[in-house]
Amino acid sequence: MISLRHVSKRFPGTRAPAVGDLSLEIAQGETVVLVGPSGCGKTTTMRMINRLIEPTSGEIWLDGRNVLQQDPVQLRRGIGYVIQSIGLLPHRTVAQNIATVPRLVGWDDTKVERRVQELAGLLELDPELLGRYPAELSGGQRQRVGVARALAVDPPVMLMDEPFAAVDPIVRARLQDQFVDIQERIRKTIVFVTHDIDEAIKMADRIAILNRGGVVEQFASPEEILREPANDFVKEFVGAERGLKRLALIRVADIEVEPGPVVAPEATAEEARRVIAAFPFDWTSVVQQGELLGWIDLAALDGHARVADLTPRPFSAYVTAASSLRQALDSIVTSRTQVAVVAREGQRYLGILTLQRISKEIVS
Amino acid sequence: MRPVAITSWQWISAHRGTILALLRQHAVLTVIAVGAGLLISLPLGLFAYRHGAAYGPITSLAGLLYTIPSLALFALLTPFTGLSIMTAEIGLVSYTLLILIRNIVAGLRTVPEDVKDAARGMGYSRRQLLWHVELPLSFPAILAGVRVATVSTIGLITVAALIGKGGLGQLITEGLRILYPTEILTGALLSVLVALIADGLLLAAERTLTPWARARTVRAEG
Repeated sequence: MISLRHVSKRFPGTRAPAVGDLSLEIAQGETVVLVGPSGCGKTTTMRMINRLIEPTSGEIWLDGRNVLQQDPVQLRRGIGYVIQSIGLLPHRTVAQNIATVPRLVGWDDTKVERRVQELAGLLELDPELLGRYPAELSGGQRQRVGVARALAVDPPVMLMDEPFAAVDPIVRARLQDQFVDIQERIRKTIVFVTHDIDEAIKMADRIAILNRGGVVEQFASPEEILREPANDFVKEFVGAERGLKRLALIRVADIEVEPGPVVAPEATAEEARRVIAAFPFDWTSVVQQGELLGWIDLAALDGHARVADLTPRPFSAYVTAASSLRQALDSIVTSRTQVAVVAREGQRYLGILTLQRISKEIVS
Repeated sequence: MRPVAITSWQWISAHRGTILALLRQHAVLTVIAVGAGLLISLPLGLFAYRHGAAYGPITSLAGLLYTIPSLALFALLTPFTGLSIMTAEIGLVSYTLLILIRNIVAGLRTVPEDVKDAARGMGYSRRQLLWHVELPLSFPAILAGVRVATVSTIGLITVAALIGKGGLGQLITEGLRILYPTEILTGALLSVLVALIADGLLLAAERTLTPWARARTVRAEG
């Protein structure tokens, strides 16, 4: 979808080029995050795609066309653009801001009105906000209006330069989640610039880690970058807790869970003791036809003939197949039983995860 | 010495026609002066804004014009343009330039860089950026300049009475010549009144045309 071929940019009066010789292929519907320390040329690279900065050499192709041979003004109208400070037009209301590009390309009133309503819904903007001026919005609302504005004519490509950096961490996390969610539905081709590796890991299908002068140190999926950093620069940039960060990317469904101690309510106390003895635990799950009822203590079996005589205690927390291993790990270290019980919605028992099982994933 | 009545309502009502004609001349001279001043200042201000190096020379020149005493300027121009509206306007327009150019440039410079970047990134052409973003956002500053220029022009016009094109200033000079307080006061007070009304109208226009400028930040949920 986007193809950067041996692109370079040298600003007048500087010795070293901002971007030396950069090539990247970005597929349709993919979110590629350019990440790196300041001065690595990530913003310059992004701004060359919509020609806010003209490359010194090289070619940039977008949807099969060379952008350098297109009228820059027309080109930009077809590319969504969001910047850190958002840059909402202060003299226009929220609705007018969202309608900016539709107006530029000449949509009629009813079409514009319908689209503004639609986007307000998508970004969860209170319709009451549409008549306000940007100065009357909170930081988070402004960012969402900025994203809505960039999506207005439904461009296939979006360029986003640290779009969530200007808000506090709580609001930022919420905006990121919301955007990941929206992107899953709209599947735009996105070039996203950030200096925050955690944001990159969260948003990206693939991450390009850039070094000074636009040198691509590694271009791979977040999981691969965490598992196999290409070199010391990447390793250092990704930082500590690489293993933990990677656990956040692996789903419980991606790995094999262990069956764990399981008894049916019909089992005798003796059978239950035998099941427990096979594990290094002093408890067992109680499962009736696949449904997780809870767990019972070994000591509680004393004086009872059957498991059914006891009321299983509910697990205080369990994880699902969609949970990340990081969530599972959290569940393990905070539970009394030292394991995470895996169940599907509706309490279908799937198995257990132990600390040993998860640490095997970290080292693999 | 016999006290002279300061105001004679009789005189005023007897000369109502003349007074109204001069009042109209005063208003017309002002509108032409500020209008022409704007027409000249806008391109110059824009040029000075786009080419930073030009700002110094352009404002110096306008400043130089501003320092020429009005009386001297009218006297200097009379041999060329005679006792005409043209002579009056050349002087009046010259005096508006410094204020207007400075405010236009200051206004354009307040347009935030990120707003321009976002606008360009969305596909505004240079011309659309100027008309739909830069000028509207400079409007409060430009209008503030227009207000000052208007009020000072209204005062300055009275000096143009020297060449017979002074609007209400005619009443003042004539009153001084024949030492008739009513006529002097009528000219002076009406001139002040015109200035106050013009200022108020421009202020109201600014309020109506830039509702966004008073929009205040509310700290709500993120």
